Amino acid sequence: MSKRIVAEDVNAYYGSAQAIAGVSLAIEPKSVTALIGPSGCGKSTFLRTLNRLHEVIPGARVEGKVLLDSEDLYGPGIDAVAVRRTIGMVFQRPNPFPTMSIRDNVASGLRLNGIKNKQVLDEAVERSLRGANLWNEVKDRLGKPGAGLSGGQQQRLCIARAIAVEPQVLLMDEPCSALDPISTLAIEDLMTELKERFTIVIVTHNMQQAARVSDRTGFFSLEATGEPGRLIEIDTTEKIFSNPSEKRTEDYITGRFG
Amino acid sequence: MSATILEQIPGLGDDTRRLHAPVRLALLALTVLVSLLLFAVTPLQGQADFVVFVVVAFAVVQTATSFALEGRRHALDRLLSLGVHLALLAAVVPLVSVLSYTVYKGVKKLDGQFLTHNLTGLGPLDTNGGEYHAIIGTLEQVLMATAIAVPLGLLVAIYITEYGTGWLVSAVRFVIDVMTGIPSIVAGLFIFAFWVIGLHRGYSGLAAAFSLTILMLPVVVRSSEEMIKLVPAELREASYALGLPKWKTILRVVLPTASAGITTGAMLAVARVTGETAPLLLTSFITPATNTDPLSGKQAAIPTFIFSQIGLGRPVNYDRAWAAALTLIALVLVLYISARLLTRRNTLSRR
Amino acid sequence: MTSTTEAPSGLSGGLGPRRRVGDRVFTALTTGAGLLVLALIVAIGVFLLTKAIPAVRKDSTSFFTTKLWQPDNTPPVFGIAALVFGTLLSSVIALVVAGPIAIGIALYISDYAPRRLAAPIGYLVDLLAAVPSVVYGLWGLLFLAPHSDKFQQFLSDHLGFIPLFDLGKNGVVGRSVLIASLVLAIMILPIVAAISREIFLQVPAANREAALALGATKLEMIRLAVLPYSRSGVVGALMLGLGRALGETIAVALVLSLAPTTSFHIIDANIGGNTIAANIASQYQAAEPLGQRALIASGLVLFVITFAVNGLARYVVSRSSRRGIA
Repeated sequence: MSKRIVAEDVNAYYGSAQAIAGVSLAIEPKSVTALIGPSGCGKSTFLRTLNRLHEVIPGARVEGKVLLDSEDLYGPGIDAVAVRRTIGMVFQRPNPFPTMSIRDNVASGLRLNGIKNKQVLDEAVERSLRGANLWNEVKDRLGKPGAGLSGGQQQRLCIARAIAVEPQVLLMDEPCSALDPISTLAIEDLMTELKERFTIVIVTHNMQQAARVSDRTGFFSLEATGEPGRLIEIDTTEKIFSNPSEKRTEDYITGRFG
Repeated sequence: MSATILEQIPGLGDDTRRLHAPVRLALLALTVLVSLLLFAVTPLQGQADFVVFVVVAFAVVQTATSFALEGRRHALDRLLSLGVHLALLAAVVPLVSVLSYTVYKGVKKLDGQFLTHNLTGLGPLDTNGGEYHAIIGTLEQVLMATAIAVPLGLLVAIYITEYGTGWLVSAVRFVIDVMTGIPSIVAGLFIFAFWVIGLHRGYSGLAAAFSLTILMLPVVVRSSEEMIKLVPAELREASYALGLPKWKTILRVVLPTASAGITTGAMLAVARVTGETAPLLLTSFITPATNTDPLSGKQAAIPTFIFSQIGLGRPVNYDRAWAAALTLIALVLVLYISARLLTRRNTLSRR
Repeated sequence: MTSTTEAPSGLSGGLGPRRRVGDRVFTALTTGAGLLVLALIVAIGVFLLTKAIPAVRKDSTSFFTTKLWQPDNTPPVFGIAALVFGTLLSSVIALVVAGPIAIGIALYISDYAPRRLAAPIGYLVDLLAAVPSVVYGLWGLLFLAPHSDKFQQFLSDHLGFIPLFDLGKNGVVGRSVLIASLVLAIMILPIVAAISREIFLQVPAANREAALALGATKLEMIRLAVLPYSRSGVVGALMLGLGRALGETIAVALVLSLAPTTSFHIIDANIGGNTIAANIASQYQAAEPLGQRALIASGLVLFVITFAVNGLARYVVSRSSRRGIA
């Protein structure tokens, strides 16, 4: 249930403005890859090119290749909707569907993709909630609205919702930036468990978090405001945080920049 | 040095030189007493005159006192404060007057007989007869208009917000904008020219429903559009990220999230057109008989019933008009208030 | 690059293209709705013109300058000059009366009302918009007009030197243009108040606080921090109110019942002052085919006037909200 992603010369645009330029990197299966960098460096945009969510924004487009194992997500005849079923995503702010209960939120991906069997759905709900370390907290109130949970619980609910469809890859866009430290810790623990089953890519502005949870780290930066963001380097997390090859990475890690 | 400046600012540091609420209340009481006296001994008379006199006198007295004690700035400030409160009063008084007078006049005639009979077979001086045919007409016309305008308006709103690009969307937007400002009588003329005489369909409840649709549609489109836009982009993205195609995202995530607001907008639109008179005169016309078939023939409605009764101008007609006005207001207010109550369940907010 | 069939993907077998029937149907439906609305408006416009233009051609006088409205005479004599005058006169008076009151209400709700009362009071004022116009007409005819004789006499006695309030020697007070305008004023009050209120509420609290921190009184704060930011928005709100008043039919038709004239004596019940919209409603039932088509022509004129006023109003409002205020 876990695949390798290779990006080849990915460029992304918002209208005429280029957001990222020439990003090429490989993301290993069953590992956590963290993307770090200053604000506006394009790390979130790059993440959104991996499940073709970038192109949802009017005027936005992507050039280049993103290979999932050997299959180009941007190849001719590839369906963006099918790509997104294969690659799940968790967002910066918890966004459970406000009109749905906890159970329906988790089941939403499966149900809306046409799975109706109640037993299958119930099993998937329990499995996903357990997978997101939320089962024990919500098993007695599965029918209650998801919006009634705390911020950290909501985010784990969103993780459960994302993994319920059994994706190959899980993208996380600053999943802890809206959470308190205790909830953040819970999510970080969860990531360590989830990487046994999924390929995880996480964008974070928190370098300690990248150092704690990731196996590999990519550093994005930009030359100046208005310039597109670029991948400066990607390597094992240990190497990036102890002995990066690039001066700019070192400046950023040590707090001299950004 | 600050002390000398502060001393020049009236009232500051000298609390006795402010017009506190009890003082103002005393001033008001004094004004009322003096006015009562004046109305007793001078030719001044009349309740309305008294109220106007007291208000003007109090404004003068308070401003003068404030000017003397607190200075010009505070005097003007108090005048504005009085002004905005009076403005509110100027809205509430007519509202209460219209509603209470309608109830007062309307209950006289409003009974079971009135609700269950039409106006056929009556001589000009007969006092029986009722608005049954008009109620049937209003219900049918408004239901048909709603059945057309709400789905169509929702689809147009979805088109504008989710699908449209380019000149076509601008054109649709423009047309909806123009429709927002169409006077209701012109909407009636549209359908009269287009349907009644243009396509030779004649008067009918359906024609009336079409003219009401023209008035409802822009309201439904605008409110639905607003509500759809308020659905956070994050929810759409969450849905896309689960691999849902756009149409399912709209149907299962966007519309349910916006549903309370959309329903409120639709109900307000229904409330608005239920009371419309002018377009119906040109499309369903006026008839004393019950016509349950909305597809052909003249059909009565409560607003046109009121209008035609006033035109006849005898006391019995006025009584019927008031009674029908009471049913119409009740119908519209029920719709209006339930729409407002529903707003509270709205999970989306503008701010 | 490998072909898509080689990669067995997790969920539904392959990332390859699937017919999204749902998306296509949905796109077609919504686009169709948009096109339908466009087509309808075009069709209606065409029909209106084909009915109105021949009628105007048959007019034996100039449609735009004639004051009489007798299209079913032989030869037909009708023109919209007096109707346009009457429409503008009553609407402008209504706006002059309603404008300050509506702005006062909006200020009350945005800056004076206790926080918990602001929203309910807003709803209460909005209720004025919920009362059907035929009920306003009934009330204006049978309650307001009879109860206003003294007030109108007062205006004539004490302000008669102003032409507007001059009763003349044969004039009587009663169902006058002024009463019709007051009813119109009540009817446009809620829309002007609601839009102005929204605009005042959009002024950032920081601006208000900055003014208060300088030691401003509430009036000075409103003049310094609220009005400068909302001027064009309020102008737009007033114009939308004007547009509403121009098109109001039934209330005016019920209060006034005389032929159109071009007189400024607004408290004289012998003077007409009928509006385009009210004229349609009152003449329509008795009109013959040419009369009906002449009324359609007058309706087109009304449409053009309201279109211009509303268009200008929307332009002003959108410009003020685009400047963002914040």
